[in-house]
Amino acid sequence: MDGETLWDWGYALEVLPQLLQAMRITLMATVCGMGLALVGGLFLAILRRSRIPALSRAGFWIIEFIRGTPLLIQLYFYFYVLPDFGIRFSPFATGLFGLGLHYSAYMAEVYRAGIDSVPKGQWEAAVALNFSRRRTFFTLILPQAVPPVIPAAGNYLVAMFKDTPLLSAITVAELLYTAKDDIGSQTFRYIEPMTLVGVLFLAVSLISARGIRGLERKMELKT
Amino acid sequence: MNNTAEPFIQIRNLHKSYGDLKVLRGINLDIPLGEMVSVIGPSGSGKSTLLRVLMTLERPERGGVRVGGEALYDVNAEGGTVLPPPDRFRALRNRIGMVFQHFNLFPHMSVLRNVTEAPVHVLGVPREKAKAEGLRYLDEVGLADKADAYPAQLSGGQKQRVAIARALAMHPEIMLFDEITSALDPELVGGILDLLARLGKKREMTMLIVTHHMRFAEQSSDRVLFFDDGVILEDGKPGDIFTQPEHERTRNFLRSVLEI
Ligand SMILES: Nc1ncnc2c1ncn2[C@@H]1O[C@H](COP(=O)(O)OP(=O)(O)OP(=O)(O)O)[C@@H](O)[C@H]1O
Ligand SMILES: [Mg+2]
Repeated sequence: MDGETLWDWGYALEVLPQLLQAMRITLMATVCGMGLALVGGLFLAILRRSRIPALSRAGFWIIEFIRGTPLLIQLYFYFYVLPDFGIRFSPFATGLFGLGLHYSAYMAEVYRAGIDSVPKGQWEAAVALNFSRRRTFFTLILPQAVPPVIPAAGNYLVAMFKDTPLLSAITVAELLYTAKDDIGSQTFRYIEPMTLVGVLFLAVSLISARGIRGLERKMELKT
Repeated sequence: MNNTAEPFIQIRNLHKSYGDLKVLRGINLDIPLGEMVSVIGPSGSGKSTLLRVLMTLERPERGGVRVGGEALYDVNAEGGTVLPPPDRFRALRNRIGMVFQHFNLFPHMSVLRNVTEAPVHVLGVPREKAKAEGLRYLDEVGLADKADAYPAQLSGGQKQRVAIARALAMHPEIMLFDEITSALDPELVGGILDLLARLGKKREMTMLIVTHHMRFAEQSSDRVLFFDDGVILEDGKPGDIFTQPEHERTRNFLRSVLEI
């Protein structure tokens, strides 16, 4: 060893701003991805409940397919295969779509659990009052179905956050990509950037987990 | 068809099964407009099922139902039940209301919102008008001061009053009540039965009331049906059924419930 220290604080501080910048991309991917998953999951959950057997079966298979294959392969597919069919987006947009769709399948199950938790009598009251199916679902059932599953959705939010490094595989400059390809491969020092990435992930995850536990407790108090 | 001679509600040979279990085994029943009918009978005899079929919560397999001269359930040549076109079905369902044993209020809406939501979104009543009317119905059931409360803040008796107001606000011609006092504390039952009797006296609706309160059935209704094993075994004036029932089974049932 030629006097090189194992951990160089000066270097760590030097790369931190760049990592924090990349953290913004990571958080943005998480938040936007979750937004997509909330909408996509609801859509899949409704598809799954369709009275038309072909639609409900389609919903079932989309969900099974997405949950049954690794996110990384899905991302590669959207990034490397779809352009062959003339479908081309930026890496970030492709990543968002991949994350959002992947977690839509999980969110669909979350919605389903919530909908199943609404007592049958609520649907019956809606029939007795002659509400349309659409209004029954969106204004009577859904508002009761969502609150109990907010903690479950929160857990998927954290899971999705921890999955964002997979976007580095399709060249999105999020935290991992920045640490490995933008910083590490230039300086050949990986220990500081990689450690910082780990610490940043840990910090955000711990804070979110706390928030979710708080939410859970609030839900319990309400019921 | 001569609609003027037809009874308001006409039920013919109605059958309903759950799998192998035959729950309604040929119900025939005519009810004139404005009548208040009590339905009694042992547990599992099909009382709730008849109400649920009339509310379209369950579909019968055989037989028909006509309401005000229109088919709610039509019959084909073999006697099987046929549903009318969806728009007709929905239009007809608007004329029927139901109050449930467990209230089934919408917990995320205020009391007034529970009462106005269907008039506004199903009947198209302007919201302000629906509110004014909703308050009138809440007043009628004695709960005008609870308009802004949420269901969770109410007692069982108050919840059931809201459920009644909610059903009334749709102006149903037929109201179905399925054991609406069974989930209530005993001291709250009397008030709800009084309310039912008062509604019946107004003769604005045709009422079908499933109840375990024999005294109520005897004193407040125009007519009593005794259900047994999926058929109407006895049908008559309360005075006759309670004092001189035709069937041994009715006598046994009455003896068993009146002893308790
Ligand atoms: N959804 C269902 N699936 C299967 N069986 C059912 C269903 N609903 C009711 N049943 C059965 O049908 C029979 C009649 O039920 P119903 O609720 O009409 O009786 P009831 O006369 O209202 O009795 P109770 O006085 O106990 O309320 C019962 O044996 C019941 O178990
Ligand atoms: Mg019953």
